[in-house]
Amino acid sequence: MNLQSSANEPAIELVGIDKKFGAVHANKNINLSVGKGSIHGIIGENGAGKSTLMSILYGFYHADEGEIRIQGRPVSIRDSQAAIAAGIGMVHQHFMLVENFTVLENVMLGAEGGQLLAKGVAGARKELKRLETDYGLEVDPDALIEELPVGRQQRVEILKALYRGADILILDEPTGVLTPAEADHLFRILQVLRDQGKTIILITHKLREIMAITDTVSVMRRGEMVATRKTAETTVAELAELMVGRRVLLRVEKQEAKPGPVLLSVKNLIVKDGRGVTMVDDVSFDVRAGEIVGIAGVAGNGQSELLEALAGIRKPVSGEIFIDGKPVEAADPALLRQLGLAHIPEDRHHMGLVLKFEEYENSILGYHHDPRYGRGAMLDLDAIRRQAEEQIAKYDIRPPNAQLKTANFSGGNQQKIVVAREIERDPKMLLIGQPTRGVDIGAIEFIHRRIIEMRDTGKAVLLVSVELDEIRSLSDRILVMFAGKIVGEKPSDADEQTLGLMMAGIAA
Amino acid sequence: MEYFDTFVSILGSAIRLSIPLLFTALAGLFSERAGIFDIGLEGKMLASAFAAACAAYWTGNAWAGLGAGIMVAIIFSLLHGFASITNRGNQIVSGVALNFIAAGLTIVLGTAWFNQGGRTGQVPPEGRFSGIVLPGAEMMRDVPIIGPLYANVISGNNILTYIAFLMVPLSWWVLYRTRFGLRLRAVGENPGAVDTAGVSVVWLRYRALIVTGFLAGFAGTYLSIAQSAAFINNMSAGKGYIALAALIFAKWKPVPVMFACLLFGFLDAFANFMQGKSLPMIGEVPVQIFQALPYILTCILLAGFIGVARPPKAGGVAYTKER
Repeated sequence: MNLQSSANEPAIELVGIDKKFGAVHANKNINLSVGKGSIHGIIGENGAGKSTLMSILYGFYHADEGEIRIQGRPVSIRDSQAAIAAGIGMVHQHFMLVENFTVLENVMLGAEGGQLLAKGVAGARKELKRLETDYGLEVDPDALIEELPVGRQQRVEILKALYRGADILILDEPTGVLTPAEADHLFRILQVLRDQGKTIILITHKLREIMAITDTVSVMRRGEMVATRKTAETTVAELAELMVGRRVLLRVEKQEAKPGPVLLSVKNLIVKDGRGVTMVDDVSFDVRAGEIVGIAGVAGNGQSELLEALAGIRKPVSGEIFIDGKPVEAADPALLRQLGLAHIPEDRHHMGLVLKFEEYENSILGYHHDPRYGRGAMLDLDAIRRQAEEQIAKYDIRPPNAQLKTANFSGGNQQKIVVAREIERDPKMLLIGQPTRGVDIGAIEFIHRRIIEMRDTGKAVLLVSVELDEIRSLSDRILVMFAGKIVGEKPSDADEQTLGLMMAGIAA
Repeated sequence: MEYFDTFVSILGSAIRLSIPLLFTALAGLFSERAGIFDIGLEGKMLASAFAAACAAYWTGNAWAGLGAGIMVAIIFSLLHGFASITNRGNQIVSGVALNFIAAGLTIVLGTAWFNQGGRTGQVPPEGRFSGIVLPGAEMMRDVPIIGPLYANVISGNNILTYIAFLMVPLSWWVLYRTRFGLRLRAVGENPGAVDTAGVSVVWLRYRALIVTGFLAGFAGTYLSIAQSAAFINNMSAGKGYIALAALIFAKWKPVPVMFACLLFGFLDAFANFMQGKSLPMIGEVPVQIFQALPYILTCILLAGFIGVARPPKAGGVAYTKER
């Protein structure tokens, strides 16, 4: 078989796949054909049905209707075991790894080669060695998973699939947890795999990745497969429009900033984390009214600790924080809120929301002492719900139901709940961490516009994000953080490469 | 020499007292490493002690007693599995419920069948596991130091005692050297990893619970027809909880579990020995203080002296496939 013909032959075909969960029609009559030896992207917003479709392929769910063909033959995928047997391997968004096992143990799990482990170990080692040389996937087989960086852990997931003889590799949002450098490395690995004849399906909501790596791309929207394009023949704008169903502004438009007086000022701040490691090392900066100051940096360089210290969650070791020119003594989030500081935390699940609460309960989190919401120990539920409903309408939070459990909203809508709560309080200063992590592009546009509006009404905004694009498109000034220090300041039109080098600690 | 004899006798008693703990803690080890908390160990022990005593009383055969004990403990385990694996119920609630069922049922059935206020009938000698004198024990007795240790601590125990100690390396081997063990440890940490590897989480957890029942059956049997000769109301007396403490204390590892159980057994034996004795300077110390020692020790040790006891990550959570 020559390469030319194999490139055209489909490795996997889905014909008329249909799946409902109660009233939710997750997949509507999906048809898809993925060519052998190609990288095929599937893009769509959260809740568009991508993950459901892939779960059907991997045997987690059964389609109500439709057929799956692999290498031309119809197959029935009843469970994960059948999927593995059919040559499908999956790299899950949340790694399916046992953290206190070694790499070798994780790879062997489920494919041990006999009742006793000793028999299979030698073979597994040899096979890992082979995969390492064939695909450049090097990992120490005796390392513990929990001691490996995330990028390596993901490599173990890929190795697991290849070890089981996968010809078709599905990656579900693989770059969500990776640094830009790790993501680039992953893409190189995927290219090697494709060149060796593997078929790769990449599920993502990041348009850049689709453009960078895929050969063909299919777009899903509300359970339907709305289009399939050759990547070379499409554009980011077209894909974004297909995804959302309307035109999307990828870069927010904003006027020149008109900075006013300094509202937030930080002097020689030093913050240590729970282990006693210095994470913020002698940092000083000002944020003025009517400007957005962005802090760029690779995750883990002290931005989180800086935000926490400013929000009063973590007590700094030394240094001073001034709000409106007055020093803030105690690390006290409630006091800071009274002074007009709002905080959209980096991790909405961990800090921003109580997922088991209903939406309206989350909409007053941290502001429940406000006399508008009740008197003494009693809450005025009607007032709270009324206000929650107003915010839902204003921020287009879907589904528009204030009494739905927060966990049942999509990531983007959960983030809107947090954003609405903090912004509607009309604060003087706003601390924002990762405003659009795991958020659909439609919602990203919305949140970005709100942030700009805040600036234009004269608020001081401090933005922390690991998405360099976001920092560049929103900020008026960019501070780059590396290893706990601010290594430099650049205007918002600084080019990506310069900032990238600063983030890597190479140039200032 | 007098002190040494006392020490040997406490040591012998410590071994005997630690056996039910050891079986039970190992039983809990299998279930908890598979991600199923088992607060119902106490109930399993009690129910199987009752079953073993009944079977041994009626058949006059100790092995039949053991078989009945094991069977009942496995049935209890399967009930726990049905509630917490199949129906994804709360594992703690299910375990506590089983403890109550065991405590109530043994009294009701015991009173109905034997009419002795919850006691079973006296099990005849052939229905019990009695001490085995190891070869050379009598000859060795006069050798200083080693002699008494061999004759009074190592020799003279019943067969279940030796089985208990054999179970320690066996458990280790199963957990760390077999496919079953690898999968079992994995399912307690990340059931998703097991599921996506094409292995059934449910069946694996049920098998782990069957092993748990098997080992807990030994513990109950030991109580009623090896250590004593009848079932007595609530004769497990909290040993199931002590075994859980030992399990946590030993960080869910088989060999440390053995040492933890020996330590708790020793404290128990020491408490018995101190009963009615007075300490120099202090006078008579209430025996309850010594009886409370294992619990106090557990609290102190868990409060930081053994470092962080990291339980199996997926423990206590029923597995549902993510959407």
